[in-house]
Amino acid sequence: MKKRTLTKATKDNFATIAMIVVLYAAVTIAAQAGLINSHLGGLLVPLCVYATMAVSLNLVVGILGELSLGHAGFMCVGAFSAAFFSKVTEASMNTFPRFFLAILVGGIVAGIFGFLIGIPVLRLNGDYLAIVTLAFGEIIKNIMNVLYVGKVGNSIRFSLDSSAAMDMDEMIINGPQGITGTPYDATFTVGFIILLISVIVVLNLVNSRSGRAIMAIRDNRIAAESVGIRVTRYKMLAFTLSAVIAGCAGALYAHNLASLIATPARFGYNMSILFLVFVVLGGIGSTRGSIIAAVILTLIPEVLRFIGDYRMLIYAVIMIVMMIVNWNPKSRAFIEAHNPFRKKEKEVQ
Amino acid sequence: MVSFITNLINGLSLGSIYAIIAIGYTMVYGIAKMLNFAHGDIIMVGAYIAFTVITTLSLPVGLGILFAVGGCLLFGIAIEKIAYKPLRKAGSPLAVLITAIGVSYFLENMALLIFGSDPKIFSSVVPFQTVAAGPFVIPGTTLISIVVSLILVTALQLFINKTKPGQAMLAVSQDRDAASLMGISVNGTISLTFAIGSAMAGVAGVLLCSAYPSLSPYTGAMPGIKAFVAAVLGGIGSIPGAMIGGLVLGIIEILARTYISSQLSDAIVFSVLIIVLLVKPTGLMGKVIQEKV
Repeated sequence: MKKRTLTKATKDNFATIAMIVVLYAAVTIAAQAGLINSHLGGLLVPLCVYATMAVSLNLVVGILGELSLGHAGFMCVGAFSAAFFSKVTEASMNTFPRFFLAILVGGIVAGIFGFLIGIPVLRLNGDYLAIVTLAFGEIIKNIMNVLYVGKVGNSIRFSLDSSAAMDMDEMIINGPQGITGTPYDATFTVGFIILLISVIVVLNLVNSRSGRAIMAIRDNRIAAESVGIRVTRYKMLAFTLSAVIAGCAGALYAHNLASLIATPARFGYNMSILFLVFVVLGGIGSTRGSIIAAVILTLIPEVLRFIGDYRMLIYAVIMIVMMIVNWNPKSRAFIEAHNPFRKKEKEVQ
Repeated sequence: MVSFITNLINGLSLGSIYAIIAIGYTMVYGIAKMLNFAHGDIIMVGAYIAFTVITTLSLPVGLGILFAVGGCLLFGIAIEKIAYKPLRKAGSPLAVLITAIGVSYFLENMALLIFGSDPKIFSSVVPFQTVAAGPFVIPGTTLISIVVSLILVTALQLFINKTKPGQAMLAVSQDRDAASLMGISVNGTISLTFAIGSAMAGVAGVLLCSAYPSLSPYTGAMPGIKAFVAAVLGGIGSIPGAMIGGLVLGIIEILARTYISSQLSDAIVFSVLIIVLLVKPTGLMGKVIQEKV
């Protein structure tokens, strides 16, 4: 009888999932033991958000092979729709089902946006695609800053002009003031679950027939097309799924903030680029690497807090040096040659 | 009607500043095949140098401009040598893109450390306030921006088409390996491109802050992105394209701000880009490159 062994890909996936679970367990135990101060504790949910965003963007950049510079836009859509849902249903629902549905709403709305934006965007190639995603991200941020939604009696009205345009009884989305008073539902555990589910979904996709089709498109679009892979369909699949994950991350993010405002610092292109940094630094295409990079890069500014004003400067220097060391052909060869942990690849007969 | 034409002229002025920045973007893209996200921050560096020389040291304006342009030029060359050159053979264009973002963070935070986060009031370098021409009263900075950008673009076109280093730049942008076989120094040419692009960013910084006198470490970021959009709009890699893209963008921005909504002007600018790219996927003047199997 043939002995069933796990394939390399399966082992790798288990390693990734195990890493997340171990990290979660370690943080939870440390929190129980009182080793985590309030400052670090406040970082736990954003950490999950950023790691999930890294997983989401890695699907587009690493696996689909298209550069997206507007992922913060999807996160913004998810955040606002989920916070909106929570505000509307706050009085009528319990915490658990409400937050669950809010995350779902965030994911679905962001997914719809991803689908609609994907139709025009995915027709373009390379840097043109990148700039159009950046443009969409900025448009979303800009519109969120002028959107007023309020309640009049039992109906909901919206305006792009000002809150005074209609006398609303209660403002829900108040233009540049955003949404205030979203319930604090986000916890580290929920963040962990969202991250875990996104990772499982993405890893399963990568190792499926669709995933292989997506990677074939990345490696050579024309060849993939000529063997009958439906390029547009698979591109849309990856892009929409990525938007859904980003929307869920946004929903989590929104429920961790006292006031949700579409500021450039939170949802602008800077943020999209930061997510891209996670993906590239973690090794393009590697889900595990993206998560590790997201965690490290979020923690570095905190670790560097003791050097005060210089910390962001040092952060920038670390970023440049890490990129050069990781990607320069000579330094890469040097690391390969001197790495004692290097896995010895066995010759396959 | 008069106010419409005045707005049009203001748009032309903002557009010509965008054009100067966009040309730097497009040149670097054409030759080094990289999106230099730090380009916008070079504008800010130039403006701070001019501010220091003119306001803090109270030296003549001409000297301030000279130092700003020279300083940006040196910064551009140094950044290319230190941060981008080691990654030229990295295999992934994303690697150098991220490094450019690192450089951008570095410049912003350096300015933050040296000058603080409070905005500085930049005194205009243009000696005359306004120029009256019939019913139109045009601010001096507006006029100077348009004139300077026209001179720079003409000079650059002449340089590229009529001189040997300019021809070398064209050759490197078309085929780097073939150019190096013809005895062209690829490294030298790339340095030259960064030098010219950054010097132009320095000029843009001085002009931008003369027109909009508030100077902070993040002054360059948004104009940088807009100029990037302008470069793509015109067809990235093409210098006339960058010029046209910049002007179109500036005019649309000012008109949208005046006649539609001041808050939505950015969204409108970006929507125009999307529409243009959907109709003409390589920008207004971009070449269509046929994919070969």
